[in-house]
Amino acid sequence: MPASTEEAGSPPSREGGGGASPTDRPGPIDAVPVRHPGRYVAVAIIAMLAAMIISSFVTNERWDFPYAFRVMNYTPVLEGLLKGTIIATLGSMAIGITLGVVIGIMRLSDNPVLRVVGFLYTWFFRGVPRLVLVILFGTGIGYLYPTFDIGPLPFSQQLAEWLGLSSDLTLFSLNVNQISSTLIWGIIAMGLSEAAYMAEIARAGIMSVDDGQREAAAAIGMGPGLGMRRVILPQAMRVIIPPTGNETIAMLKDTSLLAYLPLATELFFQTQAIGNRTLKIMPALTAATMWYLVLTTVLMIGQFYLERHFSRGYGATRAQSKSATLRSRLIGLSEGGAK
Amino acid sequence: MSSSASGGMPLVHAVNVHKSFGSVEVLKGIDVDVHAGEVVCLLGPSGSGKTTFLRCINQLETIQGGRIWIDGELAGYREKNTKGGRRLYRLKNKEIAAQRREIGMVFQRFNLFPHMTALENVMEGPVKVQRRPKGQMREEAMGLLETVGLGDKSSAYPGQLSGGQQQRVAIARALAMQPKLMLFDEPTSALDPELVGEVLQVMRDLAAQGTTMIVVTHEMAFARDVADRVVFMDGGVVVEQGDPAEVINSPSHKRTQAFLSRLRSEHEQVAKAAADLV
Ligand SMILES: Nc1ncnc2c1ncn2[C@@H]1O[C@H](COP(=O)(O)OP(=O)(O)OP(=O)(O)O)[C@@H](O)[C@H]1O
Ligand SMILES: [Mg+2]
Repeated sequence: MPASTEEAGSPPSREGGGGASPTDRPGPIDAVPVRHPGRYVAVAIIAMLAAMIISSFVTNERWDFPYAFRVMNYTPVLEGLLKGTIIATLGSMAIGITLGVVIGIMRLSDNPVLRVVGFLYTWFFRGVPRLVLVILFGTGIGYLYPTFDIGPLPFSQQLAEWLGLSSDLTLFSLNVNQISSTLIWGIIAMGLSEAAYMAEIARAGIMSVDDGQREAAAAIGMGPGLGMRRVILPQAMRVIIPPTGNETIAMLKDTSLLAYLPLATELFFQTQAIGNRTLKIMPALTAATMWYLVLTTVLMIGQFYLERHFSRGYGATRAQSKSATLRSRLIGLSEGGAK
Repeated sequence: MSSSASGGMPLVHAVNVHKSFGSVEVLKGIDVDVHAGEVVCLLGPSGSGKTTFLRCINQLETIQGGRIWIDGELAGYREKNTKGGRRLYRLKNKEIAAQRREIGMVFQRFNLFPHMTALENVMEGPVKVQRRPKGQMREEAMGLLETVGLGDKSSAYPGQLSGGQQQRVAIARALAMQPKLMLFDEPTSALDPELVGEVLQVMRDLAAQGTTMIVVTHEMAFARDVADRVVFMDGGVVVEQGDPAEVINSPSHKRTQAFLSRLRSEHEQVAKAAADLV
């Protein structure tokens, strides 16, 4: 009889655990974790596949990694990497994010004109493929607008002629063909396209912020602009950053489209040119692939730190619930009744 | 009536305020005056328009009729003489924001900025809106957090605070703007019962210091002890107002009687259920 009660009241793993005697209160937990035999099998299979791939890299001469590494360090490739890939990605994402946030805000504006403009923008730039946009900007703009005039008024040249003025009322003019077909047009084309996607991301981020936040900002006397900058956007960032990281990585790879501007100082164009010239097409492609992977890795690290920065204050969960409402009201009344 | 803040003019002077949401009229001609230093509690059943009226005072809602003057200044509009007589001109967003700076508001759901610490929440308005120097403001904000009993929580984020603590930070945030008027919309009704007392205590202290307050509440004890006047609303109109003890203990109007007796019977039912459990 005493033996059986002792058995029922004590923890099952008396020998393996902390050595607690049945009369003690339970001590620290030192449990045997659940075994996962399937994982060992999976690891073994993956290790074998990895070994096969590596052995093929080493033994199959056609991979020619030493040559691929050499291609990675060629000056034209490095120049293409810097200008056509890194600068193009940073530049077009800078345009895309800034303009995208502005258009996202426009689409949520009270002003119907701004809403429609924002919608039309998104409609156009999401609708046209990036490749088409790049070619359009690379060759089309120089053809349509050989010189680009920035004047004080629309139709200023015609107006000046009509008024019989010698000057054409143009503030300054730019010879488009001097700068067309260059990196700048590529960055603008990609940036404008990106802004359409970023606008949707920003809009979703802004809408995810509780309305009470806007009101709290207004209640301490913030105008709509200040409230957006200090209160709404920093909170929207939590939602905006992960898809923006995605977009940046996609942009990094889409810069290869700039070869069609045509732009020669671009990573993929250069490696392909080398591959075609030397007939070592695979090693050249491998070189491009490795550079893209390196840059993607850097971007992912950057994204990690950004996400950590903007998740300030979101570690703990809020403990309050609306269910307490009625109870607290009644307690208040009873306090009144007691006095 | 002069538009300057004269001695006799109430701090809040609301006349015939009408507010509709679509075709539903929620406020049907509210007249309420609140003098400087006064504590006024707004009571009334759910849906009677208490929150809406409070939001109208702070221009979080625009009204369709009537006028609200805050410290002698017409809220949301400028009145100008034109050929056809006096006309109202809507103020710009910036001007409305400037008017809101004079009014502190505490929300039912706290609405603290979750990405800022308690101290940053309190400093945000004075530093970014009033452009007061940061160093000086930091000390002042610490002082405010201490007066609401949270001196040791200044670097905590709202997510790390209890509801009662969050609401006290929200009160400190509103006070940091040095408002002429404080609005409270059921500041304790989202709190667990054991946390209600700490927030009410802060509000009692404010009242004792002579802060002008309009408080929407269901805390009858608070209304009776602290308020200088209670205003009872129902169906978008003010049914009666006056001395708190009189209105709460012996209401003259049927609707007030019904509301108070319903609150009491709800309370008794809960008490009986609790007694049965024991
Ligand atoms: N944004 C809105 N759109 C439409 N109707 C609204 C809106 N806000 C409030 N109402 C309506 O206005 C009426 C008054 O609401 P209000 O929130 O002012 O009541 P209340 O007295 O504060 O009630 P409670 O005690 O439940 O908080 C309600 O019928 C509500 O449905
Ligand atoms: Mg309400």
